[in-house]
Amino acid sequence: MPIDYVAKRTLQLLLIVFIAVTFNFLIPRMIPGDPVESALQTKIAVSGSVSVDVQAVAAAYRAKFGLDKPLWLQYLNYWGGIFGRDLGVSLVDFPQPVIEKIQSAVPWTLGLLVLSTVISFTLGSILGALLAWPRAPRALHVLVPPFMLLSSVPFFLLAIVLVFTFSVIVPWFPPGGGFDPVSILRFDLTTALDVGYHAVLPALALVLGSVGFWALGMRAMMISILGEDYITFADSKGLPPQRVFLWYGMRNALLPQITSLAIALGSILSGAVLVEAIFNYPGLGGILFTAIAGKDYFVIQGIVLMLIFALALALFVVDLIYPLVDPRIRYQA
Amino acid sequence: MSIATAMAASGRRSFSTAALRGILRSPRMSSSLVAGLVMLGLVVLLALFGPRFVNARLAAVGAVRPSQAPSAQYLLGTDSQGRDMLTIMVLATPQTLRIGLIAGVVGMAIGLSLGLLSGFFGGAVDAVIRVLADSLMTVPGLAIMVIIAASVGHMTVELMGLTVAALAWMHPTRAIRSQVLSIRERSYVSVARANGESELGILFREVMPNLVPYIAASFVGAVSGAILAAVGLEAIGLGPNDVHTLGTTIYWSEKFSAVLRGQWWWWGPPIVAISFIFVGMFLLSSGLDRIANPKLRMRT
Repeated sequence: MPIDYVAKRTLQLLLIVFIAVTFNFLIPRMIPGDPVESALQTKIAVSGSVSVDVQAVAAAYRAKFGLDKPLWLQYLNYWGGIFGRDLGVSLVDFPQPVIEKIQSAVPWTLGLLVLSTVISFTLGSILGALLAWPRAPRALHVLVPPFMLLSSVPFFLLAIVLVFTFSVIVPWFPPGGGFDPVSILRFDLTTALDVGYHAVLPALALVLGSVGFWALGMRAMMISILGEDYITFADSKGLPPQRVFLWYGMRNALLPQITSLAIALGSILSGAVLVEAIFNYPGLGGILFTAIAGKDYFVIQGIVLMLIFALALALFVVDLIYPLVDPRIRYQA
Repeated sequence: MSIATAMAASGRRSFSTAALRGILRSPRMSSSLVAGLVMLGLVVLLALFGPRFVNARLAAVGAVRPSQAPSAQYLLGTDSQGRDMLTIMVLATPQTLRIGLIAGVVGMAIGLSLGLLSGFFGGAVDAVIRVLADSLMTVPGLAIMVIIAASVGHMTVELMGLTVAALAWMHPTRAIRSQVLSIRERSYVSVARANGESELGILFREVMPNLVPYIAASFVGAVSGAILAAVGLEAIGLGPNDVHTLGTTIYWSEKFSAVLRGQWWWWGPPIVAISFIFVGMFLLSSGLDRIANPKLRMRT
């Protein structure tokens, strides 16, 4: 793998981290009126009696930012906090550290995202490839296009319709949450089944909303590949059609699909966050929704940083793996 | 008119007539374009003329009897806070479109300027713009917008549009840049240059007119992306505080568990309206895509 390729990607990763952190630091300082202060005031106004020790929260806040110090020192301190995995404390569940909240949420989001993306990517790619294949059943041409239209509709709208259909009209699935609230999370089969059962609808919303996107990309790619000379040659050589389809067609069409997967990952993640909010799922989206409702500013900030870092890292890994899969990039870049 | 500019002009004309003939020849493409335009047209009509026929006071909390199913009196029912849903829908649709248009126009303007700069001048300018656009494209847009929206105390429609525009310029930048790179190598640009036209003249008289289909296609993409982002932000409670939008309507229905209580008339209409906008945009942009990329048209 060429050094300058790796160097370029590393630079890009660092740039994103730098922009994200700086942005997170500057935005609350640039906007008149301090979000934390106003959150605290709202809290006092709403609850009447003071349920949290406002003095302690405010002290934690001032200590965190050292607001009396010059801006550049505050900025350095901010970086120091991030390297020390200190993202502040929750204002709502004071004094729970933000990092703790995030750590308990990440597996949920990751699980949901990986599961639904693998399903929709595989299913969509196969359907899309079949659409371009002259020997494919005609029924596909009627069945798949509606999914392409569906892929333009935001995931969370599909989520609402799914909840209404499968939790209210026919109560087959739970309307929200990540597990049965009365059970205790353990590493056993019952818990796994329960978690899986709760993940069906959120995953379905993500799959229904993206399967058409993959089918669309795959079909376009497949059409251009099926026009290539080597496909004609493989056909006239008398190879079985299935073999031509899978090993000569799909195999080559998949590479650009992986590129679009890398590009689409950001919007899939944004969509998943909203779906989690609808289902009150215990992942990052769910706690983000709760944090926004409670104006829990540090939690919001922490989740935002987490989302940006995680995606940047994922794309970095994809970029490093990609040349191994596609020799053209390996030799060209 | 010199021979060179005449040549350049005829080159442009033949490009556009070819595109036009293509539209007429391919029935499938025009049907997707027409369907998209019709769907969007319906939404725009509702947004433009609807507000004249409703009484805005019915959208205030407690104006009508709460939680009524659709009936002759309340055509789309009422929500749990005693607001008439039909009135809310009619008032909310134009605001959502406005946010999308503001963000789309601003994002597109930034994208167009940066794309032109990057593609036409190249060098260090190009490198900086490209790295910035590529890096920001890999950021989950929602995350950055959440930070802005959560920090702003009083959210308005205009501010919302600008927030969304902050992350709506990268795709247009890249699309325009790559087109400029290809157009500036065409022979009519060399002819114009040999003819003594200034660089700026080439940019505006030769390159820009040929970018129009791409600008149209990326504008639709930018607006639809902007509405997607705005509706998402609104649905998690970060929308404008003082007006109704389609996303905030969904937020309130979620907040009052309208789905679980079977009040389909609360969240149903905004979902239908939003879906109309997105499916319409999707059909329109796939239609425009085929005009902008003749290769796509030939293959399908």
